[in-house]
Amino acid sequence: MSCSVPHRLCCSSVIISVYSAGVIVRGSGKAFFASCNPKICVVGSGPAGFYTAQHLIKVCRLHVVSFSAFSSFQARQDAEVDIYERLPVPFGLVRFGVAPDHPEVKNVINTFTQTAKQSRCSFYGNVNVGKDVSIEELQQAYHAVVLSYGAEGNRTMGVPGEQLAGVYSAQNFVGWYNGLPSCQELNPDLSCETAVILGQGNVALDIARILLSPVDILKKTDITQPTLEALERSQIRNVLIIGRRGPLQIACTIKELREMVNLPDTRPEMVAADFNGVAEALKDVPRPRKRLTELMLKTALDTPGEKEQERRNKASRSWGFRFFRSPVEVLGDPDSMRVVGIRLAVNRLEVDGARAVLTGEVEDVKCGLVISSIGYKSVPIDPSVPFDSRKAIVPNNMGRVQHVSGLYCSGWLKTGPTGVIATTMNNSFDTARSLVEDIDSGTLDVSISKPGSQSISALLEKRGVKPVSFSDWEKIDNAEMKKGEASGKPREKLLSVEEMLRVVQT
Amino acid sequence: MALVTALRRLAHVRICEYTRKTAAVTFGARHTSLKSFTTSTQPLRSDNKVTVHFINRDGEKITVKGSPGDSLLDIVINEDLDFDGFGACEGTLACSTCHLIFDEDVYKNLGPVTDEEMDMLDLAYGLTDTSRLGCQICLTKSLEGMVARVPESVADIRQSKDGSS
Repeated sequence: MSCSVPHRLCCSSVIISVYSAGVIVRGSGKAFFASCNPKICVVGSGPAGFYTAQHLIKVCRLHVVSFSAFSSFQARQDAEVDIYERLPVPFGLVRFGVAPDHPEVKNVINTFTQTAKQSRCSFYGNVNVGKDVSIEELQQAYHAVVLSYGAEGNRTMGVPGEQLAGVYSAQNFVGWYNGLPSCQELNPDLSCETAVILGQGNVALDIARILLSPVDILKKTDITQPTLEALERSQIRNVLIIGRRGPLQIACTIKELREMVNLPDTRPEMVAADFNGVAEALKDVPRPRKRLTELMLKTALDTPGEKEQERRNKASRSWGFRFFRSPVEVLGDPDSMRVVGIRLAVNRLEVDGARAVLTGEVEDVKCGLVISSIGYKSVPIDPSVPFDSRKAIVPNNMGRVQHVSGLYCSGWLKTGPTGVIATTMNNSFDTARSLVEDIDSGTLDVSISKPGSQSISALLEKRGVKPVSFSDWEKIDNAEMKKGEASGKPREKLLSVEEMLRVVQT
Repeated sequence: MALVTALRRLAHVRICEYTRKTAAVTFGARHTSLKSFTTSTQPLRSDNKVTVHFINRDGEKITVKGSPGDSLLDIVINEDLDFDGFGACEGTLACSTCHLIFDEDVYKNLGPVTDEEMDMLDLAYGLTDTSRLGCQICLTKSLEGMVARVPESVADIRQSKDGSS
C-alpha cells in the first residue's frame, strides 16, 4: 500500500518504491500533473480526526515518481487538511474522555500537536459543523470531507426511574470530572454510601476508580477543581459494577482491572458463586481473555497473602463486580425524587454465553447514585449524511460513506464506540488510505481547484462565528498549565467556552 | 524541525527513564543492568553499538545501530524509522503500538516481561507468543544482529469482535 512506504526509502530507491507503492498511472504514457492541491476537511479533532489528518498529510507528501516508456511523471500533490472542531479546544476524548489519572495515554497529544503545526494543516475550533456551517457547504469548499466527530450520545437503559435525581449517564459523569463545558452543571450528589455503575467496560472502571481513589492521588492530575472538592466531601464507600452477563463476557481490559485490584485503600468484594464453572471454561479462550479472567478469579476467589489481607482489612472502601444482572427500574424516594435503589433482574446465560435471558427473579440494591455506562452512541449531525440509526454509525465501506462521493468517516462514527486508542488510530489510517486511493484512481476528482477554508471562513464571518486557531488554543493551553501550576496539577482546565474565548481574546 | 526532534528526543529520554524506574521496582535485576548506562556521561564509542534489523510492514529489512541501554523504541525514534503510529504513548506502557515480534531464540534473550507489559500486549494486533513491546526492551551487546518484525496492522471492526477492547 502506498502510504506505508517509508519516505526515505521512497526517495532513495525510486523504482522499488513505485512497485511497492502500487501506483498505477492511468492512461499510461500520458503525463499527468495534478493541477491543484487536494483540499480536505476533517470534522472533529479527537484521535480519529487527528490520526486521519496525520496520515493524509504524510501520504500526500510522498511524491511518487514513476517512469513509463515515455518517461511520464506523476506527482501526488501536497494535501491541505483543515480540522474543524465544535469546541475552542482540540483533542476530543483525549482531553474529555481519558481518565485524569491516565496522563500517559494523553501523550498522543504531542503527535497531534506536531500534525496541527504542519504548514499544510489548520485547526478551526469553535465551529459547530451542522449548525454554523453545513456538510454540504463543506463539500462545496473541499475536495473531500472526513467525518470524525465520534460518539457524543449515549445508550439509555430504557427503564422507569432513569430520570430521577442521582441517575447519570457515564458520558455526562466523565464529562463532568474531565471539564467538558456542557457537563459542568451536573454537580452530582455523592453523599450516599453505595454507588451502582451499570456496565463493565473501561469507562465503568474509570468512573469506579475516580469515585474510590484517595483524593491525594487525584490532586496531582488534571481533574477539575470542582470535582476534587466534590470527591473530598464524598461519602461513597462502596461501588458495585454490574453486568448483564458473566465474568467471561466482561468488556473491560486487563489494565483497568489491575488498577482496580491495586487501588489503594480499597478492597474487592465479589460474589464467589458468580465464578462457578469459569476456571473450567478458560482452557480454550485466547490469551487476552484468559489473563483478564484469571486476574478476576484470583481477586475473587484466592485467599490473599498476609500482606494483601492486611491491606484489605485496613481499606475503608470497597468495590465489586456483580454479574448476571440487568436493570429493571431505578427506585426513587417519592418526596425527594432522588434515587434510593435499583431493581435488578437476575439473568442466566444461554449456552454459548452470547445472550443473557431473564430468570424471572429480581433483587433490589440500595444505592444513592446510579451511573449507566452501557455505551456511547454516535448521533447524526446533518440530514444530508446517511446514518444507520440501528448501528448508530455512518454506513461506510472502508471509511467511504456509502452513496456519497467525496465523503468519508473515521473513528467511532465509522466503527461504533469500541476499542482503545490504537484501534482508532488504525481505523483512521485506513480511512486516509481509502481517500488517497480514491485520489490516485481518479474516483475522487481533485483536478478542479477548490477554495477550501477561504470560502468557509467568509461564510463563518458572515454568520458571526469566530474560529479559534491552533495558536489560539496554545494560549488556552498555557493559561491552563499556569493555573494548574499554582496547585501542583499539570493543568487546571477552563470550564466554560466563554472563559476559553476570553483567554483567546487577551 | 531539528529543534522539534531534539526536544522530542529529550522528552523521550526522560520518559524512558521513568519507565525504567517503574520497571525497576518490579525487577531489581534489570535495574542493575541499566545502571551503567544511565550514569554514564561519556558518549559510547561506536564499536560498542549494537546492530538491529527491523522488518517493516512491507517486509523490507532496515538495518540500524543503537547503543546498549537504548530501548528499541528509542532506536526507532532516533533513527527516524517510519513505522506508522509506532510508539503513540511515547514509551509509557499505555498503548501497544510499539508491538514487535521476534524469533524464538531472540525472544528468550530479551529478559523478563512485567504483568503491565503483558497487559498492554494483550491489546496488540496480531499478538504472538514471541511478541514484546519495543519500549520495554533495552539493547545489550548480546542482542547484536537481532531481528525485530513490525507486525502488520490489520485494523477493522473484526478485531473487536471479542468485545474485550
